[in-house]
Amino acid sequence: MPGVPGRNAAETLHAREFYYRYGRACVAAYGAHFRVMSAAAASWIKVTPAGLEVVPGGFVIDPVVPVDRAVITHGHGDHARPGHGAVLATTPTLAIMNVRFGPQRGEQALQYGEALKIGDVTVRLEPAGHVLGSAQIVMEYRGIRVVVSGDYKRRRDPTCPPFAVTPCDVFITEATFALPVFCHPDDGAEIARLRESLRLFPDRPHLVGAYALGKAQRIIMLLRESGYDAPIFLHGAMAALCNLYRDFGVALGELTPVAGQPQAALNGRIVLCPPGALADRWSRRMNEPVTAMASGWMRIRQRAKQRGVELPLVISDHADWNELLQTMRDVAPGEVWITHGREEALARALELMGVPAKALSLIGYEDENDDDAKAPEPATPA
Amino acid sequence: MKAFAALLDHLVYQPSRLGKLRLLMDYFATTPDPDRGYGLAALAGTLDIPHAKPALLRKLISARTDPVLFSYSYDYVGDLAETIALLWPAGGEATHPPALGEIVTTLRAAPKSKVPDLIATWMDSLDATGRWALLKLLTGGLRIGVSARLAKTALAQWGALDLADLEEIWHGQEPPYTAVFAWAEKRGDKPAAARGTSFRPFMLSQALEESELTTLNPADFIAEWKWDGIRVQVAGSTLTPARLFARSGDDISATFPDVTDAASFDAVLDGELLVRGDGADPAPFADLQQRLNRKVVAKKQLDTYPAFVRVYDMLFDGEDDLRALPWTDRRKRLEDFMEKLPAAAQARFDLSPVVPFASWEALTGIRASARGAAMEGLMLKRRNAPYIAGRPKGPWFKWKRDPLTIDAVLMYAQRGHGKRSSFYSDFTFGVWRDDELVPVGKAYFGFTDAELKQLDGWVRNNTTERFGPVRAVAPGLVLEVAFDAAQNSTRHKSGIALRFPRVSRIRWDKPAVEADRLETVAKLVEGA
Ligand SMILES: [Zn+2]
Ligand SMILES: [Zn+2]
Repeated sequence: MPGVPGRNAAETLHAREFYYRYGRACVAAYGAHFRVMSAAAASWIKVTPAGLEVVPGGFVIDPVVPVDRAVITHGHGDHARPGHGAVLATTPTLAIMNVRFGPQRGEQALQYGEALKIGDVTVRLEPAGHVLGSAQIVMEYRGIRVVVSGDYKRRRDPTCPPFAVTPCDVFITEATFALPVFCHPDDGAEIARLRESLRLFPDRPHLVGAYALGKAQRIIMLLRESGYDAPIFLHGAMAALCNLYRDFGVALGELTPVAGQPQAALNGRIVLCPPGALADRWSRRMNEPVTAMASGWMRIRQRAKQRGVELPLVISDHADWNELLQTMRDVAPGEVWITHGREEALARALELMGVPAKALSLIGYEDENDDDAKAPEPATPA
Repeated sequence: MKAFAALLDHLVYQPSRLGKLRLLMDYFATTPDPDRGYGLAALAGTLDIPHAKPALLRKLISARTDPVLFSYSYDYVGDLAETIALLWPAGGEATHPPALGEIVTTLRAAPKSKVPDLIATWMDSLDATGRWALLKLLTGGLRIGVSARLAKTALAQWGALDLADLEEIWHGQEPPYTAVFAWAEKRGDKPAAARGTSFRPFMLSQALEESELTTLNPADFIAEWKWDGIRVQVAGSTLTPARLFARSGDDISATFPDVTDAASFDAVLDGELLVRGDGADPAPFADLQQRLNRKVVAKKQLDTYPAFVRVYDMLFDGEDDLRALPWTDRRKRLEDFMEKLPAAAQARFDLSPVVPFASWEALTGIRASARGAAMEGLMLKRRNAPYIAGRPKGPWFKWKRDPLTIDAVLMYAQRGHGKRSSFYSDFTFGVWRDDELVPVGKAYFGFTDAELKQLDGWVRNNTTERFGPVRAVAPGLVLEVAFDAAQNSTRHKSGIALRFPRVSRIRWDKPAVEADRLETVAKLVEGA
């Protein structure tokens, strides 16, 4: 089987030729069911230094600077920032922003599937499967439908509803892990490796670096599903968001703060902390911990070694290469715009699939846990 | 293959020696024969399989991926084996992944033309970690931070064997070492040591505490120079090729053909491997380093850095095992043997002289005066001691000369590993050349845990720049650095390399401008 599904360019080009000759129905029947449209179709969406601006709606999606009206895909620090004049997002995303930044001006919640007219644009939010509250933004204007994916993944996550496929003319996608080397393994197998390490090193604390929003709660849930019912210890920066997840009905089991625990109480236990705290002075309170890190980047050995990680866990909240390509096939847009990540590789794969694509080169969005300097979690002692 | 792949994967990330031992022992305990024996052989460097060239692997992957996507991926990942392992299209869940033993035996039997197909079939049936481990195995050189010595130590610990016993029989055994595992599991007897050119465990010395001298009678001891080379055992032979073993038991014959070719005699000798300097004196260690760890030996290296062994002990003379004899008797046999060496062999083997002395005071003076290029100090050996494997307390002492010191300025600090990963614990220091600092070395020990905390704090508060795990700091902290010798080096910007540098004192009091200058350090270079 070829490594790049749809790499057979001749076949897809052939399909496009079918379309021009016999029309859309034939193409759909042929199986290569990408919509075909003109590149100028969605000229009403502009790339500005503030972010993706939807001109006829008068709002900016995931703005990196304060704007009058923001629509936010999800609560991660590089997408949700404080200080806008008005904020539209899902209820959990607004709650996450409240925990992080306090109450925001002009908060407006929109449930998944509900439509709302903003200016001349009809806006709807659909689950993105990335973290609690994460949404794709579906917009319609003058008969053209554009979907902004935000960050997303396609596999099951016990802490949030799955990605909803929404056919559209223009699909604006992230590309964080858009290289064919990124193929996230089964998360259950990764959790099994963590538990295997506990068996091998039963006296050492297992310190797991994980993003405080989403990744941490997903790992807790995966551990619970694997039958691990011991208390899980938390760095102070994790507590508030775990409580929030519980408020939204995610049953995380027994969680205990690390603060105030005698050193010996952590031996043989799982301790979750933000990635930045792994090599921070904070970790010195533990006696020879096994340092683990849960991130899609852990797929690359050099990357994991650079961070001094002993047990890399390849668990990501982003789509891997195959999920990205599968999403392109499922959504079957007329064209694809790529926001952030490894744009060039995804653009190349789309070229081979015969789908028009362009890189937007948005700035201000970070790779997941890419390095210490960028880790947005404060590494406060807890 | 799954167990071996998981082992390699864990070992890559495991920073501590204890952790590595734990992983290895677990592998031996949970993996059946013959796989564990082949795994051990792969780690110990004794697995003999045909290797695959990078060009072949590139060809295999280019038939399976888009070349543009391959080049983006390779750029990003950096390592060919890992890139291919990750890029290889997954698919064959239905097929059973091959066992390590199956891979080894199939590869050995297969004609060369069949190898590409075999690799492709195995790759199809393995997961990403398995594919990576297979490619590491096929390209040779695992480079995962496990020495042959460590692998054997784990085996000895796991089977409650004496490491010296294991070393003794090791070279007579072959992968997959089923007899060795049977012995370790108490299902079989200790395998017999091979006759002839096999490795015998070394006798090692202890560091001398100078206060101990008063308790020792000088008449009981002899003194020899301690040479700054690498300790080797020469297993000579008139029938089979001779072999050269390092202290770890690693066979380094292939790296030093100039020495092994000259060892056509029936004896096992113990001595120091050195390279010739000007005249009869050995060259500094930096020159010997040019010869170490080379798989392929270039003629130019052989000519520029001719190696020889300075011999100081004899374990076997023909069939006679001399190890139970006192040093005096062994020395007599050795001197007789060396005298009768043919002239060609004498260029590669010479006798380390005994240093006569009358009292400890006199010897202290001799030690202080000696600063030859390749002298590290003195060895004291008890006249009546037999040759005992391991590090017995009492018969042999090493008495290194006092270290040299300089005052240097801290320039960069790097995060340590494992237990020290939250500390900046690897320090690059420099000295002044005009008004700029040039780095002269790197030290990561010599300080207490409490001092490390202070140093770490100082680094964090004085950082001027960060590059990944490294921080550049403002020139404000003086470290007194002790080292065994300074040598000329073309590989260092300063032109000088220090042997065994360590932090001997932190000079919180001393202003950085008063640290040493490069000229001062250059004067300490041997032969300068
Ligand atoms: Zn995100
Ligand atoms: Zn993002």
